[in-house]
Amino acid sequence: MSTSARTLTHLDELEAEAIHIFREVAAELERPVLLFSGGKDSIVLLRLAEKAFRPGGFPFPVMHVDTGHNFPEVIAFRDRRVAELGERLIVASVQASIDKGRVVEETGPRASRNRLQTTTLLDAIEEHRFDAAIGGARRDEERARAKERIFSFRDDFGQWNPRAQRPELWNIYNARVRKGEHVRVFPISNWTELDVWQYVAREQLELPSIYFAHEREVFRRDGMLYACSDYVERIEGEDPFTASVRFRTVGDMTCTGGVVSEARTIGEVVDEIAATRVTERGETRADDRFTEAAMEDRKRVGYF
Amino acid sequence: MQAELLRLVTCGSVDDGKSTLIGRLLYDTKQIFVDQMEHIEETSRRRGDAYVNLALLTDGLRAEREQGITIDVAYRSFVTPRRRFQLADAPGHVQYTRNMVTGASTADLAIILVDARNGVVEQTRRHAYITSILRVPHVTVAVNKMDLVGWSQDRYEEIARDLETLGLADLHVIPLSALEGDNVVDASEHMPWYDGPPLLEHLEAVDIAYDRNLDARRFPVQWVIRPMSGEHHDYRGYAGSVAGGVWRAGDEVLVLPSGRRSRVEAVETADGPLDEAVPPQSVTIRLSDDLDVSRGDMLAAPEHAPTVAREVEARVCWMSEAPLEPRTRLGVKHTTRSVRAIADELVSVVDIHSLADVPGPERLHLNDIGIVRLRLSEPLAVDPYSENRETGALILIDEASNDTVGAGMVISAR
Repeated sequence: MSTSARTLTHLDELEAEAIHIFREVAAELERPVLLFSGGKDSIVLLRLAEKAFRPGGFPFPVMHVDTGHNFPEVIAFRDRRVAELGERLIVASVQASIDKGRVVEETGPRASRNRLQTTTLLDAIEEHRFDAAIGGARRDEERARAKERIFSFRDDFGQWNPRAQRPELWNIYNARVRKGEHVRVFPISNWTELDVWQYVAREQLELPSIYFAHEREVFRRDGMLYACSDYVERIEGEDPFTASVRFRTVGDMTCTGGVVSEARTIGEVVDEIAATRVTERGETRADDRFTEAAMEDRKRVGYF
Repeated sequence: MQAELLRLVTCGSVDDGKSTLIGRLLYDTKQIFVDQMEHIEETSRRRGDAYVNLALLTDGLRAEREQGITIDVAYRSFVTPRRRFQLADAPGHVQYTRNMVTGASTADLAIILVDARNGVVEQTRRHAYITSILRVPHVTVAVNKMDLVGWSQDRYEEIARDLETLGLADLHVIPLSALEGDNVVDASEHMPWYDGPPLLEHLEAVDIAYDRNLDARRFPVQWVIRPMSGEHHDYRGYAGSVAGGVWRAGDEVLVLPSGRRSRVEAVETADGPLDEAVPPQSVTIRLSDDLDVSRGDMLAAPEHAPTVAREVEARVCWMSEAPLEPRTRLGVKHTTRSVRAIADELVSVVDIHSLADVPGPERLHLNDIGIVRLRLSEPLAVDPYSENRETGALILIDEASNDTVGAGMVISAR
């Protein structure tokens, strides 16, 4: 071994790994698609895709599964960002799935379209004959994810079988899919929430405004703060009030809670995250709170 | 904060207190969030545990929690002000060889757990053996449960002496108690005779900058960037991850397997040109000449080229329920190149007790490690694994099921 040493930071290494994964998917799969939610993780994915393929174009389209209940700021951001990149955007609509009778809308104050997304996603994968869907899931998000591979194979029903995963050795990824199968690929598997924010800061990435503290009309439910909107029915006693909040994750308005915050810049958010004592999903995602194994159950039926 | 990344693998069984050690590392470095902690406190209560069971922090799936087992390799992160850690947690039950090989393949450092009451046992030797064949550059042995041997210095020294016979790379031996938290993050008050650092402090200090292979330039071409439009009409860049050496503009290049030569015009990323690139950076290399180079080709230093081989002898860890028999046809993926192979000969298999190579096995079973001679359908540019952990590694694929059925480390090639 040589005697000279060169130091790369953890962000350099994580970035190199993610770019490597992007290029493997593009090279080994016929019809990949990059899933984009408008959230910080998928914004990082877009940047990594630029790093992997520029000056060429992306060898895949970008797809958003739109519940119709997203924060309007996020939708506006999505359209602008994809146009800037000059890449192709596909919008798979949960509303269309409802209209076609593929899924039935939940009703009541706790109704959410979050779980309906799975059907829309699987239908879109089938319609476009995608064999790989690249997503921004991270292993630090949730316990079931810690056991999931970077290349995570799904059967015809989109199901994840944790007991039949391929071992992943070195940086050699076995990307072979059987007919009817597809693979979910997670280039930032090994990143943490803090890594993502540090990378956003380093790369000076623009984020939707809801990630930063802003005055908003909210109400309190189950100890979380929800944005008031037409999509959420309030229960008696859930009185709206104005607070300075920001959102740690970007999901449906129906299931994404905000946190009280004064952090208005990326630097302030990084400091707040570094000091936080609650996981982002535990703090702000109602969808993971239903049961002890909520994420595991949803993944088994095809959720990301 | 800009910290170095250290990739760890932990080896040990449930009985060694591995989950407790990891839970302790996460807990004492304050990686455990309030909601996670509330969750395991509640689960501990429900299970009737006498204390908050930190091992529960690492149980991922429902079946694991119900049965108290670990199914598969889990990957976790934690961070201290000095370093960012990525941990592959390989469980210690039947499939441990397959899992440990997987975890060790990417590791900078292996933590091997030893129960202070039992000392160096057969399993310890197996763990040591796997870390050495996977060439994990640093090994730290956590002698756990020191509280159960009365914090005995004699016992520790006896175990440390036994460990020295195993030929481990950069060996450090740390006496600790994961349950009590001694010498994991905080120094132990029970073992004043130990003057080394606690485990975490050691992990923060291990020097990994010299582990990168900067000797012989290797660059497997992963993707060809050809925009064929506008200002980039004539652009042709070879994208990939540096697998060896230091790459700079002006370097001589040998393209394999074709054997053609050229020179590096530029080393760049989407953000612009680089002065140099080292492993494991993902970059794009442009060449001075218009050659026909595609994915699966290897760019290399002409004065120190890999072997372009049609036959390799590799140490293989077999990972499938269906045994490997002589003459089996397999898919092989090596760097970015996929070829087919026939397992011409099973040369030997490791006796799991003596760790000696026993010649002429009839087959390799799940979790067996053996030497296999592979005949390749097309040439591969390979190095011995002992010289390069990337260009000396390959995976074996069952072409019917598409499953990854083996991990191979090249010993020799021709």
